[in-house]
Amino acid sequence: MARFILHSDLNNFYASVECLYNPSLRNKAVAVVGDQEKRHGIVLAKNYIAKKYGVKTGDTVWEAKQKCLEELVCVTANFERYYYVSKLVKQMYLEYTDRVESFGIDEAWLDVSRCVKSFDEAFKLAETIRKRVLEEFGLTVSIGVSFNKIFAKLGSDLKKPNATTLISTDNFKNLVWPLAASELLYVGRATTQKLAKAGINTIGDIANTPVQILKSMLGKNGETLHTFACGADLTEVKRWDELDEIKSIGNSTTCPRNLKTNEEVRAVISVLAESVARRMREKNLWANTVCLFIKTDDLKSFDVMHKLEYPTNLASVVATEAYKLFKFDWNKTIRAVGVRVTNLTEKPLQYNLFNSEQNMQKKEKFETVIDNLRGRFGYDIIKRGSVLAIDDFDEINPEHVTHTIHPVSYFKNNKLGDK
Amino acid sequence: MTKNYVSVLAEFDEQGNKHPRQIKLNDQVFEIDKVLKVVNAASLKVGGIGERYTIKIGSHQTFLFFEKETGQWFVELK
Repeated sequence: MARFILHSDLNNFYASVECLYNPSLRNKAVAVVGDQEKRHGIVLAKNYIAKKYGVKTGDTVWEAKQKCLEELVCVTANFERYYYVSKLVKQMYLEYTDRVESFGIDEAWLDVSRCVKSFDEAFKLAETIRKRVLEEFGLTVSIGVSFNKIFAKLGSDLKKPNATTLISTDNFKNLVWPLAASELLYVGRATTQKLAKAGINTIGDIANTPVQILKSMLGKNGETLHTFACGADLTEVKRWDELDEIKSIGNSTTCPRNLKTNEEVRAVISVLAESVARRMREKNLWANTVCLFIKTDDLKSFDVMHKLEYPTNLASVVATEAYKLFKFDWNKTIRAVGVRVTNLTEKPLQYNLFNSEQNMQKKEKFETVIDNLRGRFGYDIIKRGSVLAIDDFDEINPEHVTHTIHPVSYFKNNKLGDK
Repeated sequence: MTKNYVSVLAEFDEQGNKHPRQIKLNDQVFEIDKVLKVVNAASLKVGGIGERYTIKIGSHQTFLFFEKETGQWFVELK
């Protein structure tokens, strides 16, 4: 059966929702920013006017204001409202198909193969949806129409805002292949550089390079990118009610002030590890890998990970292992820290030989008591001494910083490439 | 244009549909003579989304919005 897939992308979603609820903002440069008082004050989204001034996601508020000659209106993000509007829009998509797969809060794929029979009909349906989103929600959406998820997503990026782009089996070579390789999903900066060194600059170049060569350059990813570029990706659009297997649990926080010592980093890691471990226990999962994320004061970040010898669901172990990954020469200060666990299993095959099962169970019991206390009386009822000992750190509450802001991975954390 | 939340007297039918009958604004009561249309819509003039009722009050036609997010009714006023 021929496949007809749409990818919808709500344009400048956060900023558009703010303008929708406050129309006086519509003709101004608007940036949606994190909570400035808690130093989460970076630009999370901006409207087209702000974009014209050169405001970028990730800019600090003062940087963004400088670019706009102080004319920028900064609005604190209202995630609850964004989730609410996103849910309404996706409910509207469900009127057409039950195969609606979210890709972050503002994007979704729709498999409409059962309600249309040709690209022409699929395009018309996309236009209907685009107009409905504007009329019913006051938001503009870009829609890509194609025969696979990758080209549908690419199509939604080609014309913005408020447009529909068709990439069919007939026109994809003319439309997609001349585009820069970096336009393809999961071709990030490092992959682009590797490809460019081999003279592979466009998506067409990727498609026309023998797959063995791509494989030798990029490993398994090379093969996947070749499939993407040829339009041969057969990944299905998931049903709306299909639950994703949890691949990782993580938490990060921008600290109340920049961190300057190992002790401070250790304290933040322990707080984050507690929250991560609590969620693991809630889902009855054990981690095999611990990852640490650090963002420095110049907003550069790095990720390090480490496979555990034995699976764990204990905060103390996650914290110790995450801290082991922290090697820093302190020529900068640290702005944000994140702890994530991956490679999750439902039941540990074996406990650590030197840490008897009884001992581990004892620790688990202890941490569960803390979970229960916090469940009954709130997060602040019990805190680590190491956190209380440092000024300002008692404000860190990891239970309040669990927003999914950016699109989730196409491979749901089976990371490919470097984008 | 301003967004004015209003008191509404409405009738609910067996299916749970709302039929607004009366609007109270600044202590003045306006009888709704007819609901011409109900659609989901955004108010681009004053901001917000919800069910938009196109209503007739005498010879005057206007919009009345039901904001599902807050459960409140509003009108767009000049």
